[in-house]
Amino acid sequence: MKVVLQNLTKKFPSRGRKAGGDVTAVKDFTFEIPDGKLVGLLGPSGCGKSTTLFMICGLQKPTAGQIFFGDYEVTELAPEKRGVGMVFQNYALYPHLTVKQNIIFPLQNLKGKDRLSKAQMEEKAYEAARLVQIEDLMDRKPGELSGGQQQRVAIARAMVKMPKLLLLDEPLSNLDARLRLQTREEIKKIQRETEITTVFVTHDQEEAMSISDRIVVMKEGVMQQAGEPQEVYDSPVNLFVAKFLGTPPINVFQGKVKQGGLYIGNARVLEVKRLPDQEVVVGIRPEGFVLDANGPLECGLSGVEVMGRDISVVSVNDFSLNPTIRSIIDAESKVDTACGAVRFSLKPNKVLLFDKNSEERIY
Amino acid sequence: MEKNNRKGWLYLLPAVLFLVFFMVYPLIDVFVYSFEEGYNFASQTYYDIGLYNFSYVLHDAYFLQALKNTFLLVVITVPLSTAIALLISVGLSSIRPLRKLFQTIYFLPYVTNTLAVGLVFMILFQKTAYTDGLVNLLICWFGGDSIDFIDGPYWGRMFVLCFYIIWVVMPFKILLLTGALSGVDQNYYHAARVDGTSAFRIFRKITLPMISPTIFYLIITGFIGAFKEYSDAVALFGTDLNAAGMNTLVGYVYDMLYGDSGGYPSYASAAAIILFVIVLTITCINLLISKRHVYY
Repeated sequence: MKVVLQNLTKKFPSRGRKAGGDVTAVKDFTFEIPDGKLVGLLGPSGCGKSTTLFMICGLQKPTAGQIFFGDYEVTELAPEKRGVGMVFQNYALYPHLTVKQNIIFPLQNLKGKDRLSKAQMEEKAYEAARLVQIEDLMDRKPGELSGGQQQRVAIARAMVKMPKLLLLDEPLSNLDARLRLQTREEIKKIQRETEITTVFVTHDQEEAMSISDRIVVMKEGVMQQAGEPQEVYDSPVNLFVAKFLGTPPINVFQGKVKQGGLYIGNARVLEVKRLPDQEVVVGIRPEGFVLDANGPLECGLSGVEVMGRDISVVSVNDFSLNPTIRSIIDAESKVDTACGAVRFSLKPNKVLLFDKNSEERIY
Repeated sequence: MEKNNRKGWLYLLPAVLFLVFFMVYPLIDVFVYSFEEGYNFASQTYYDIGLYNFSYVLHDAYFLQALKNTFLLVVITVPLSTAIALLISVGLSSIRPLRKLFQTIYFLPYVTNTLAVGLVFMILFQKTAYTDGLVNLLICWFGGDSIDFIDGPYWGRMFVLCFYIIWVVMPFKILLLTGALSGVDQNYYHAARVDGTSAFRIFRKITLPMISPTIFYLIITGFIGAFKEYSDAVALFGTDLNAAGMNTLVGYVYDMLYGDSGGYPSYASAAAIILFVIVLTITCINLLISKRHVYY
């Protein structure tokens, strides 16, 4: 089932005496979630991604705009009638029920002809439990489970009625790093197997990029860019998206375009045709640096971090807008730490130029 | 460890001393009195030791009346007041505007003087030579016959007393229950709604278990409080409760000690011990039942 969000807007009345006007959490959000895909809603905290999710499941009513599930409009439909599955950030497992009772709970809500027999419910619950590998925990209470196990129970509960749409609100944020990596792969696997249309909210760009078929980057309630992860990473529409995606983050410099060349300080680092002379903000991905004794960009070397697979060269430059520049270099290259300076040449496709004022991408 | 232990006892000492002097010793004393037949305060003498006090009390028509009254009060007021308080609390938690106002209004009876409230109830319910009372006027309005609730039939008096007790104990219950309700994480309700749970099922399967410790606390203290009912009956029916036929167990104990027929500490002690045994038994039963229905 595809989900269409049309001009979705959510305003909250502001509280307090001094407050004037409403707070706009989501503004004019239009997006189509394709059938059977996993979409990651990505943005810093407070950008309205959870609000968007809550509007899709019906717990919050949009101030304006429409939501369609397939061809049906559900904008005014109560959450209990939408038939979506949802995993909450803190899982919201009922603490007084066992794992099995938790998973069966949504099935017991079904009425009329949809109602299953007890045996069928049990079977479905075990099926869902098998999917997330928690069959042996069925008689425990949520309080007796680890965070990762609780998270699986929450997924099983959301999946047990085979919803047409699965919503995940920061599902991995309560897990430790190793478990997070493992669970996100599992979520992806389950999603592929079941082909349930899934929306997944996170502030962790790595998480979103690694498992999503599409990502949507939001900032202050406004959608910045949507697309396939690689495409958004390679050609961000503005500086915000460029900064938000990628670890280590993109390196930002003050620069200018003069006579078809890009200057950082006095160094002509790259040829840029077609661009009129102007001041620009230069973004260079960490992997866009190449160690080159004759390279145009000279930086003061402040350290080298060895990470095994590759090394991270930390350096400084007067025109950098960040305190340090981080570049990722192949581990085989040798950096001479003694001389205190390092020279780079740049890979053209890893260099992005942004307008100085609007921060929109111009190259 | 040993040293810490001694320190711990030292810290406990003041409280323990007070408890021993004012709780444990009197309890034992009452127990002893209850077996001393015909004990006299003034001369500090008694005739014999045995079970006669209990036998006398259990055959005393006033005691049996008090026992019946108390049981009726417990059975009627505890479930009713808890259920109504729960209903009001759920209502209060589901409204947003004016919630504070209603919370205050519902709490007012708690800070009002028992005797003053009793007076108001008298005015509402009593039938005098001058007026039938407000409630009777209402009953007549709807085509019923007026009843004297204060000096009339037994069920009328019992009704007023139950009404009064429920009204007086409600605020505290509402206060605790609204607190418990607001303590339930909204996410559980969100999750349940997304899963398509009906409002009634949410209440039964999520709200009730979540606040069950508070409900259980209210029921236990409610039982104990109702068994010790006395002052509310006095507020409505005056001090001579035996004559009004509305005496309670605690009232009986008091009367035996200080009332017109007072001066019988042995009978009073026996009655107190019987009350103690009843309350203890009921509380134990409550605790046993709660094991199955309360989730901590």
